[in-house]
Amino acid sequence: MIDWFPPAGWLLLGGALIALTRSHVRSAVVLIAPLLTLWAVWQVPDGIVLTVPFLDYLLEPIEGSPVRRLFATVFAIMAFAGGLYGYRQASARELSAAFIYAAGAVGVCFAGDLITLFLYWELMALFSTVVIWCGGTPAARAAGIRYAVLHLLGGIILKVGIEGVVVNTGSIDVQPMLAHNFETWMILAGILINAAAPPLSAWIADAYPEASPTGSVFLSAFTTKTAVLALILLFPGEQVLIWIGLYMIMYGILYALLENDARRILAYSIVNQVGFMVCAVGIGTELALNGAAAHAFSHIIYKALLFMTAGVVLYRTGRRKCTELGGLFRTMPLTTLCCIIAALSISGFPLTSGFTTKTLISQAAGMEALMVVYLLLAAASAGVFLHAGIKFPWFVFFQKDSGLRPAEAPWNMSAGMVLFAGLCILLGIYPELLYQHLPYPLHYEPYTAGKVIFYLQLLLFSGLAFFLFLPLMRRTETISLDVDWLWRAGLPRAWQAGEAAMARLGAFARTYRDSARQRLIRTLRRLFASGSASTIPGPFLRSWPIGTTALLIATLLSAYVLVYFL
Amino acid sequence: MNAPQDHWLVRPMTIRRLWWGSGIVLALTVAAQLFIDVKGYFGVDAGFGFGAWFGFAACAAMVGISKLLGWWLKRGEGYYEVGDD
Repeated sequence: MIDWFPPAGWLLLGGALIALTRSHVRSAVVLIAPLLTLWAVWQVPDGIVLTVPFLDYLLEPIEGSPVRRLFATVFAIMAFAGGLYGYRQASARELSAAFIYAAGAVGVCFAGDLITLFLYWELMALFSTVVIWCGGTPAARAAGIRYAVLHLLGGIILKVGIEGVVVNTGSIDVQPMLAHNFETWMILAGILINAAAPPLSAWIADAYPEASPTGSVFLSAFTTKTAVLALILLFPGEQVLIWIGLYMIMYGILYALLENDARRILAYSIVNQVGFMVCAVGIGTELALNGAAAHAFSHIIYKALLFMTAGVVLYRTGRRKCTELGGLFRTMPLTTLCCIIAALSISGFPLTSGFTTKTLISQAAGMEALMVVYLLLAAASAGVFLHAGIKFPWFVFFQKDSGLRPAEAPWNMSAGMVLFAGLCILLGIYPELLYQHLPYPLHYEPYTAGKVIFYLQLLLFSGLAFFLFLPLMRRTETISLDVDWLWRAGLPRAWQAGEAAMARLGAFARTYRDSARQRLIRTLRRLFASGSASTIPGPFLRSWPIGTTALLIATLLSAYVLVYFL
Repeated sequence: MNAPQDHWLVRPMTIRRLWWGSGIVLALTVAAQLFIDVKGYFGVDAGFGFGAWFGFAACAAMVGISKLLGWWLKRGEGYYEVGDD
């Protein structure tokens, strides 16, 4: 029976216990619950292992498959490393919310039906909002509200799609489909909102950087990657995803290049990296889907590591703007080293996990003769090195000496970083550890001499471009407008303008009404004035000559006759 | 009493050496293609030094485009603050 206990249940239980316990017991729960989850994940065999009747449906809360186990595995590892990183600094409330959020992600991984998937999806939306609010600042509160509204809206869109599919097909199974009618488009749109796809990519850079150091580490891992898994399960080979993915890749690079806030740079970089995965799902071949799954796995690790290093800097200095940072390598050598490893990994440097996973996607595009896609992916690989591989560590840890001399990270934060830095290298040197768990059999040799030379040229010359064009990338204390301008500024301003216009219209109407009333009163007084010794009476009280009266009566009668015969 | 020396990594001599070393590594990655065959998918991507010039040109284009976008999209940091509070 224990085999059927949902793997997500351990994290849910852990989240509840974290809130209820104290001190060492809480610390133990933080570290043990993810390990139990990891164990439970690997107990789930292929196929449906648990069914639960619900209304007229038979829910399948646990369905195993290689890709589901792969994502659940990295989510459990992430929960462990995130817990280790933050258990001495983060509040119990934050860790509890983060673990329930992680439970939602693991639940999505094994959801065999759309209803279960939707329930875990919403669990993630709710508790990720709490994680953002745990940032504890007015900006975090406001960003959390915007995040919640957008994700609940995304949930409604997803729900509409799911209901449409269930009504039309009678099936609630999670199975591949294409976006060919209203309900499947709704499902795709609901998932893409969580993937930070256009036009709603801005929420990620709005919300994630406002969370606490620990919160942003958790946030970087789950929402967007469960969306990638959902795309792999539901929309493999949906070609529109190729172009959506490419847009995300370029969007992430360009906005990250404009950004001054170190954690926003990383948030934009998530969009960029998820774009690679979305594009791979759109290509849809076995190699491409392997690439999407493998890249999601390695991305969670190196992106969490980048957020860990940014979190340590924030924790130690209270600052996150590139204009206020620099020169930190002097007193934070371990954090700097971990940041460099993560940066090399996200850039896809040989001997790091990024190289052994991202090249799968490029190769898939090449083998399908998608020349434009292949070249754009190559350009994007160079761009990733530009905006995340060099820019982030350069401006935070090197460039000018900011004069800051913060202490190195606390030991538990260091341990979390070292664990993930080690994994970045391990998966770069021994990619077979990951390859053997991919959804499809893989015969791929990442380290051919030609491929290594090609990527070294691509990346090193993009590094040269960075330093040559550095004067053009001078940091400015600015933000960049995005689509969220519509609801953060456009709509409020339109509303205010509308209110002002209505006020002006009302004032005009009141003025007009008052003056019209005055005119009417004056006219009536004039018409009915009784007159006096010195003034003439009004027309209705005046004595009219007989001839004039007869003329008036004749005119009125003629008009009446005319109207009557018409 | 001597003024405290800055970290060895930011001394002018080190930076000069880093530039020279990087230049040599860059040249070697391109020169390596004389001896190592780069397998391409579309012909052009197997050309001599393709990765080098393509990577450089792509980054130059991205910096240029981001600069243009910046003129259009950049605002002061307090742009949204009134609305948020």
